[in-house]
Amino acid sequence: MREVTRGGTTRDVVVVGAGPAGLAAALAAASAGARVTLLDAADGLGGQYWRHLPPERPAGREGLLHHKWAVFGELADTLRAHPAVTVLPTAQVWSLERHDGGVRLNVLVGEPDGEGRESLVLDPDALVLATGAHDRTLPFPGWQLPGVYSAGAAQALAKGERVAVGRRVVVAGAGPFLLPVASSLLQTGATVVGVHEAGRVGSLARGWLNRPWELAGATGKAGELAGYVSDLVRHRVPWRPREAVVAAHGVGQVEAVTIARLDDNWAPVAGTERLVEADAVCVSHGFTPRLELAIAAGCDLSPGRFVRVDDRQATSVPGVWAAGEITGIGGADAALAEGTVAGTAAAGGDTGSGAARTAGRARSRARGFAARIEAAHGIRAGWTAWLRDDTVVCRCEETTYGRVREVVELTGSREARSVKLTSRAGLGPCQARMCGRTLQELLAGPGACGDAEGAGGGTTSTVDRRPLVVPVRLGDLAALPAPRRSPSPLTAAESQPGGDRT
Amino acid sequence: MTSYRVPAERDPARPAADRPLTIVVDGEPVAGTAGQTIAGVLLGAGRREWRTTAAGGAPRGVFCGIGVCFDCLVEVNGLRDVRACLRRAQEGDVVTRQGGTP
Repeated sequence: MREVTRGGTTRDVVVVGAGPAGLAAALAAASAGARVTLLDAADGLGGQYWRHLPPERPAGREGLLHHKWAVFGELADTLRAHPAVTVLPTAQVWSLERHDGGVRLNVLVGEPDGEGRESLVLDPDALVLATGAHDRTLPFPGWQLPGVYSAGAAQALAKGERVAVGRRVVVAGAGPFLLPVASSLLQTGATVVGVHEAGRVGSLARGWLNRPWELAGATGKAGELAGYVSDLVRHRVPWRPREAVVAAHGVGQVEAVTIARLDDNWAPVAGTERLVEADAVCVSHGFTPRLELAIAAGCDLSPGRFVRVDDRQATSVPGVWAAGEITGIGGADAALAEGTVAGTAAAGGDTGSGAARTAGRARSRARGFAARIEAAHGIRAGWTAWLRDDTVVCRCEETTYGRVREVVELTGSREARSVKLTSRAGLGPCQARMCGRTLQELLAGPGACGDAEGAGGGTTSTVDRRPLVVPVRLGDLAALPAPRRSPSPLTAAESQPGGDRT
Repeated sequence: MTSYRVPAERDPARPAADRPLTIVVDGEPVAGTAGQTIAGVLLGAGRREWRTTAAGGAPRGVFCGIGVCFDCLVEVNGLRDVRACLRRAQEGDVVTRQGGTP
């Protein structure tokens, strides 16, 4: 057991999230001389990007399923063997508190949603947030049916379980992420009926692959995308721009979907609807950053609600750094580069030389690419035209679009918090992670509910503040066993206020 | 059957041979292999729904697959509100359908 000290010269750096950004940050921080604790809620390393088969069922050719698998292997092996690094899987940070000159993390370690997990309290000298993002799926009629999945679910099940979510699968939404999802599905032997891209990109080649002046340097990304495109071509999967799944149909589960052509503003074009038989549909319209800890720490956010960082990946809060998708959707190459810079800076190292300097340059190139993706695939306001009054908006509380509109009319309020409380949208167990941004757009966007003039500008309140990062069992909080020793300075666990599961 | 697990012998990723396990779902045995999540076992066996919503009585299963949406909640060995997509299945786990959200 290493000695636990406070106030020494060695900095204790805690990294939350073990995807590309977190892994790179942990290694960079350790290389710069810090003592590092790497936490992830999952029981393996790699995050969603490198989600893989578990040790109970190792794959002989896991690399077939991933981009840059060798990079992951080297990072994971190095970190596990590094004397200054403690890797802590199944570690769920459930709250973050600010105190004089720092932050404190309250962590439960053990089986997901299990009882009697170990409680851990960390008071790091520096914190690197690399919590990533999850899919954002816009609601459409029938999206609550079993057989409708987020695109990320289809990929997670394919890569982490070798499970195909269906035999005849439709992939739809927006952005380059649809391509690796389709590839993952093809590798399970499923038939991908089509990939339907809402964005206005004229063709795959014109969209991303044929712009060497912008992709120079971002060759990793171009090569990755080219690989997915060749998978589609080889399996004769049609890729259709300016189209969307505007409804899913079936009794008890998906049996068919309606696909329609979209105009430039993403509104369905009347008369272009066609019914396509499918037993699964995988839909993703972009990503939502996982901001709970960043918000709890008090980090400034950009207007697009990503964590604002400077050139050294420092947030607005001293001692807190951020890297990867919570700072902008840039993909794995950007995340690796940002993680290297953030880890180096968090450890007090020099970001102007060595690996951090090289990473800084790679980061700039990757960010240009991300901006281009957003321009081509960002959500346009016309999508609300595919909603019907009986379309479920909040999956947890089963609040419909009609109910949200009714509440706006009855109460005369387009303030998100007020509409939530009356309609119950966003009050379920997912804490508005699925519907929060949709609700905000329905209340504040152009053509929002109760906005007859189309002036927009309703609610300004946000829905992503969640003091309890995950639902925590009351028993875990009541019991709070003595914290275990860790490489980071510990404080005896105090009785924490907390709620039961809602 | 709609969803399925890729047979190991036909999988280009060449996973290790199955180590079969059985969980009991609403009284019925469902077969999977060690290392799968409960959601993975259910989907792999062609089951796509295992929860009934409180308000609408509607069927639900996996939606996000990464622990964010809470659609896949099940009772496991008497403990409610376990996300099936995160929990690794153990031999003999008793999985029970939850009516409604907590």
